[in-house]
Amino acid sequence: MKNQWIVKLQSIDKRFGGIEALKNISLAIQEGTIHALVGENGAGKSTLGKIIAGVHRPDSGQIQVDGRAVVFNSPRDALVEGIAMISQEVALVPKRTVIENVFLGIENTRYKIVQKNKLQKRYKELTDRTGLFIPPDIPVSSLRIADQKKVEVLRAVAQNTRLIVMDEPTAALSSEETKILYSLVEGLKAIGTTVIYVSHFLEEVLSLADTVTVLRNGELIKTSPVAGETPDSLVKAMLGGFVSLGFPEKIYPKPDAPVVLSVENLARKRFFEEITFQIREGEIVGLAGLAGSGRSEVCRAIFGADQGITGTIKLLDKKVEIHTPRDAVKAGIALLPESRKLQGLIMNFSAGHNVTLPHLSKVAFGPLIRAQEEYQLTKELLSKLDVRPPNPRINVGSLSGGNQQKILFSKWLFQRPNVFIADEPTAGVDVGAKRAIYQLIHRLAEEGMAVLLVSSDMSEILGLSHRVLAMRKGRIVMEFTQSNLTENKIMRAIFAADRGGEEKCQE
Amino acid sequence: MSRVKDSIEKLKGSGSWLALMGNLLKNYGIIIAFIIFFVILSFLSPAFLTLRNLHNIVDQSVGVGIIACAMTLAIISGNFDLSAGAIYAFSGSLAAIIAANGHVGLGFAIALLAGFSLGLLNGVIISGLRVHSFIATLATGLIIQGLALLMTNGRLIIVKNPEFVVIGQGSFLGIKYPIFIFAAWIAFTWILLSKTRFGRAVYAIGGNSEAARLSGIRVDWVRIMVFGLTGLSAALAGIIAVSRISQGQADMGSMIELQAIARVVIGGTSIMGGEGSVWGTVFGVLLMRLIGNGFNILNISPFYQRVFEGAVILFAVALDNIMRQRRR
Repeated sequence: MKNQWIVKLQSIDKRFGGIEALKNISLAIQEGTIHALVGENGAGKSTLGKIIAGVHRPDSGQIQVDGRAVVFNSPRDALVEGIAMISQEVALVPKRTVIENVFLGIENTRYKIVQKNKLQKRYKELTDRTGLFIPPDIPVSSLRIADQKKVEVLRAVAQNTRLIVMDEPTAALSSEETKILYSLVEGLKAIGTTVIYVSHFLEEVLSLADTVTVLRNGELIKTSPVAGETPDSLVKAMLGGFVSLGFPEKIYPKPDAPVVLSVENLARKRFFEEITFQIREGEIVGLAGLAGSGRSEVCRAIFGADQGITGTIKLLDKKVEIHTPRDAVKAGIALLPESRKLQGLIMNFSAGHNVTLPHLSKVAFGPLIRAQEEYQLTKELLSKLDVRPPNPRINVGSLSGGNQQKILFSKWLFQRPNVFIADEPTAGVDVGAKRAIYQLIHRLAEEGMAVLLVSSDMSEILGLSHRVLAMRKGRIVMEFTQSNLTENKIMRAIFAADRGGEEKCQE
Repeated sequence: MSRVKDSIEKLKGSGSWLALMGNLLKNYGIIIAFIIFFVILSFLSPAFLTLRNLHNIVDQSVGVGIIACAMTLAIISGNFDLSAGAIYAFSGSLAAIIAANGHVGLGFAIALLAGFSLGLLNGVIISGLRVHSFIATLATGLIIQGLALLMTNGRLIIVKNPEFVVIGQGSFLGIKYPIFIFAAWIAFTWILLSKTRFGRAVYAIGGNSEAARLSGIRVDWVRIMVFGLTGLSAALAGIIAVSRISQGQADMGSMIELQAIARVVIGGTSIMGGEGSVWGTVFGVLLMRLIGNGFNILNISPFYQRVFEGAVILFAVALDNIMRQRRR
């Protein structure tokens, strides 16, 4: 029995800053099987995969390989045990040839000179064994992504890998390429390699894997053979029984409330098309979808952050031209962007300076900033939003994620907008701050703003939205109103888990 | 001194006195270094602490100082202007040519306008072509230098009109006009950077240009104006230089842009952008001039001076880096 488990995890914990990414995970991977890890974004599935591959170190707990306790300080340590990882993004040297990439670092050499003929022979053996053939002498950059994945697999096999962790391998692939990848994974299994398959495409997992482990909020919910699972049973396990914990009571807008934001036929090539919806005064509309479904891009388009947008945007029934974020700010549209660090805050600015940046004309006399007034106004606002400490002079870089997010809210509430777009408003904040942010979003709607909410956290979408639009592959595929707003229906819409859904999920 | 209060408040959260000391050193180290050098030189040489010598130190700082003040804004915004030396030579030569043809005032005015326009053009090229300013201005600098050579035919332009030297050589109450111009320029750039909406935008685009853009800041416009400013500063320094010696030449002021950048960095402005100050640069300029003056009056070989100056620059950049890493 001892030999059957290739990797065993015992009581693994992992924290990132204040966030508990994994809590007390124990899991055994059977040799020669395909073991899937599923869960919502942020459930911890990728983190778990990375711990097995030595990318992250667990804070506590034990990893065993073949029954021996091991410590992985780097992916290299894991490689020594025969464990490799293939990430979502391709990690090859693009300008070098296939064969050079496959044997990078493990070349046959004599007197430090690479022996090309020996490599050719090894390459042939390798392709015969795996049944994967890619011309060895063309540069990797000229291959399509699925073939680049094959090169990564060849490299892993060449390094005598026994277990490959694949992190969302199909996320960057077309549906045709996805099929190639499936046969690749099955081929690996056929030669006895174990595969840990991290994915949130449920149909994919059900058709490919032998065993599936469901994670939710960093906890292991269950591990079971796929034979006994259905998309529904997995969705239920991923979401759990609890919804709307800590969410304020919804106040639905009046049916005759004026339409504040109206978007007609918005499109951006390769990202989304035919996006049409309206938001009324005081209404919170949730935009649900997987990462890559186009939800963030729609938010950015309304805010004028990207070029090449077609379609019409109306504010209070008046057509507005929005080509830059500056136009949007002037029109009274606010965007809380997806990435607080890259797009939201200026990290070496003080809290106060971050808040007033879009509204400098409001605290200035001609070109001169009235520093005292700026300080007073921002101080009041920070206290109102319960930033701790409410000190405009403090450097935002030193604050917690929750406080930083509140500063971003302050930034867009310094001058009341008509439309408030929040893209992942609670990403990377702790539970207490989450609750405060929920209250805040609720209050914005109460004050009459039109709110568009994007979140990967389904309970957030359900708990806050008055209406939900489900997006898949750049289109709004379904609308859910008060009467049919349920988690299962939304999940099925965005995962295309319902019958006759999408070609990507066939077989 | 509200800056001191700011730094202390910023660090109170982290609670580390070491970090606090480090931050003070970073923000005020330049002043401390300046005072130390000043005191040492006062003791070492009686020739140092004379009004005449101090006046000379400031007077000799004017050219590079004017460019360095504007360069501070460029570097804070995340850009470099390597064409400043070329614009300096171009504008100076242009003023000399027009003055030699009998229009002194017009020559100065056109030279300033030309510097400003060339700077704006730099900004337009960088924003339009999306090339890094370092490479773009390296290229435009070569072009402008070439144009200056073509314009002067590579010859020395001698201006005989006595009005031409008033700006460079004239004085009021015993203080040379260039010093007044320098002081006014310091005040202008200082206020522009630290008190205006424009200055805030300069910091913002250097700190995180994407976040600035998503806050409605016109990133391209701000960048173009910053280059207009460095171009104008180069022209201003250029006309002072030609006026001092009453002649212009297309190869004057080589490396002046690099000297300016070095002084900006010594003054505590981060080459990564987003942080820095005009007053720091002014002290950087004066400190380097002080070092040069010290080598001079102590009769030490100027060869050592270069070595020493290079070491000071390295030290300043290293300090900046250490402070940065501590914050991560």
